[in-house]
Amino acid sequence: MLEARDITVRFGDRRVLDSTSLHVGDGEVVALLGPSGVGKSTLLRVIAGLLTADGGSVWLDGTDITVLPAHRRSIGMVFQDEQLFPHLSVGANVGFGLRMQRVAHGVVAARVAELLELVGLPGFAGRQVTKLSGGEAKRVALARSLAPRPKVLLLDEPLTGLDRELHDRLATDLAALLRATDTTALLVTHDHEEAAKIADRVVTL
Amino acid sequence: MAGSVERDRAALNRLPRWLVPALAVLPAIGLAVFYLWPLLTLLQRVVQPGSIGHALSAPGVARVLWFTLWQALASTALTLAVGFAPAYVLARYRFPGRRALLAAVTVPFMLPTVVVGAAFLALLPQSWHGTARAVIVAHVFFNVAVVVRLVGAMWAVLPTDLTAAARTLGASPAQVLRHVVLPLLRPALWAAATVVFLFTFTSFGAARLLGGAANPTLEVEIARRATQLGDVDGAAVLSVLQLLVLAVVVWWSARWQRRAAVQFAGVGAPRRSRSRAERRWVPTVAAATAVAMLTPLAVLISRSLRLGGRWSLAAWRTLGSAEVRPGISLGVDPLASLVTSFRLAAVATVLSVAIGGLAALAIVSAHRHGRLLDVGLMLPLGTSAVTIGLGMLITFDTAPFDWRAAWWLIPAGHALVATPFVVRALLPVLRSIPADQRAAAATLGASPLRAWLAVDVRRVMRPLVAAAGLAAAISLGEFGATTFLTRSGRETMPIAIARLLGRTGQVPRAQGFALASILLVATAAVVMVASVLGERGGASDA
Repeated sequence: MLEARDITVRFGDRRVLDSTSLHVGDGEVVALLGPSGVGKSTLLRVIAGLLTADGGSVWLDGTDITVLPAHRRSIGMVFQDEQLFPHLSVGANVGFGLRMQRVAHGVVAARVAELLELVGLPGFAGRQVTKLSGGEAKRVALARSLAPRPKVLLLDEPLTGLDRELHDRLATDLAALLRATDTTALLVTHDHEEAAKIADRVVTL
Repeated sequence: MAGSVERDRAALNRLPRWLVPALAVLPAIGLAVFYLWPLLTLLQRVVQPGSIGHALSAPGVARVLWFTLWQALASTALTLAVGFAPAYVLARYRFPGRRALLAAVTVPFMLPTVVVGAAFLALLPQSWHGTARAVIVAHVFFNVAVVVRLVGAMWAVLPTDLTAAARTLGASPAQVLRHVVLPLLRPALWAAATVVFLFTFTSFGAARLLGGAANPTLEVEIARRATQLGDVDGAAVLSVLQLLVLAVVVWWSARWQRRAAVQFAGVGAPRRSRSRAERRWVPTVAAATAVAMLTPLAVLISRSLRLGGRWSLAAWRTLGSAEVRPGISLGVDPLASLVTSFRLAAVATVLSVAIGGLAALAIVSAHRHGRLLDVGLMLPLGTSAVTIGLGMLITFDTAPFDWRAAWWLIPAGHALVATPFVVRALLPVLRSIPADQRAAAATLGASPLRAWLAVDVRRVMRPLVAAAGLAAAISLGEFGATTFLTRSGRETMPIAIARLLGRTGQVPRAQGFALASILLVATAAVVMVASVLGERGGASDA
């Protein structure tokens, strides 16, 4: 279970988060809803370990991980604008997390193939990420985050910037995928419909 | 029928046909007489039967080549290593004094090589003088700016979330650096390495002052052969050999840079340090960099004020005369060299600004044919100053072109070195002028020529001031070409500094440091004033 307790973040004089608390149960998909500028992304970054909070603590499975560096938290994140590594192929992007753990090449290749299959892009491993369409890039980003089997997956507005039809199709796929992989996930969005479609529970910030 | 209408339509707003040739004629003649002709003379010396074999079989040539190569490689590797942390901190973090630190890092790069050499003579212990490590340390100090600027510029636009993504995938800081940051910075690292290698491979001023007779670079050896041994053919062979090496390095590096290029979108804005670790090491790196950049310069000035282990103004007081003690003259009048330098710099600046300005206007107005002049004017940039000086020395020594005694030969050489920088500074400004501005002037009743004068020529005035500052700084500090063209009694400051520091005795040494301090302040002032004036122009135009 993921728990954020009394998180406070200040940027200069502005209080972006003021004693905000939140929990996500195992296998649960929670949507964090709210207008822009309310600190949703900031909360995700604190949980991921990318930003040090001014107050509060983060707990994962009963352990305090507040001061644990991002790469030891086993918390994956899908970024709003994908942030695929432009110098690596699709396959190398998806396998990145496993390679960082020095997993054997054969195992990495098998897991990459499995995940590309899962997100509906079989055979894409050799492609260049710079030549992908918007929807394809989002699927690759999702596969990349799931590959190292994170304990929690954070999704920061993962479906923005797509046209309506593609957005709806990807939202359906994402909801099915998170269920199929039994992933514990926290999703940030400003779209009520999207939140209702994907999440088990909606929290408004 | 339609064809002729098209032609008329295009001709309607065209600049007069004579304009481009009229603009290009002076730069073209200057380039042909002062660059191409000397270069051909040099080549002619080289292809004479036996001269190549004779020059390369001379004792010590292999040693000079080897030393030049390995010190350049070592300097390049060390500069990249040393410049990496300041490049990161300056590109990624916002902190008080950031602009000042950026200036402090950039200043040494603008300084004359002789000043840097003098500063490290003042700073390093006696046991380091005349050693390879002294040369390498000075090269690192001189070129850190290249790494900070080139690598930093790329680092500043590297999306911060890209490294964040790697961390959420389980990459440790070392893994992020190795698997994400370094591969993405590779084009900038290559570019910086190439530039630093070229500068250090052709190092003359700092190498001559610090390496001494025991560690001559190729440039130092060329100058020694031509001016001390009278072996002009041998010097010519080594110059051409050096040109070939430079050409190969530039070609090879351009290929690698193209291959390493990666596109990425987004920007990583600099930010304040937030985590505790950042708050500790960002100021540490910034402070260490500032100290490292300013210490040699401060020590240079303080050493000019010390004689016999005591503070003394004697060196400064005696700057005005060639006599160290009554009746004993050293033949170098420091203060006179100052006057000479400023006079020559004024002429060189006018020349390079005039020729560079005309050339830039011609290149832009001529479109396709401008390429030729563009490339031609960049050639002196790829030719070492010593090669330029040597070429001029052996070309202009026979009547009716015996110009060795002509006062304008040195400023002509300086202008040749400085003009490419003037052209580089002006071209981006001229190319950024939208064609619509000239069209707008035309609709207001201006003839094509008037429109061109009102838009293009006016626009180029402010950046021309900045370029003039750059040209003046280059001329004030020019050492390589001047070594060949200088005549006794009319030394420039860098020549006088090198002579004074080459002497034994405390007074001339302290005088050398004093004169180097003056040159340091003068160069820094010229560059700063010009860049402030130039920037203000940019702001008011926008």
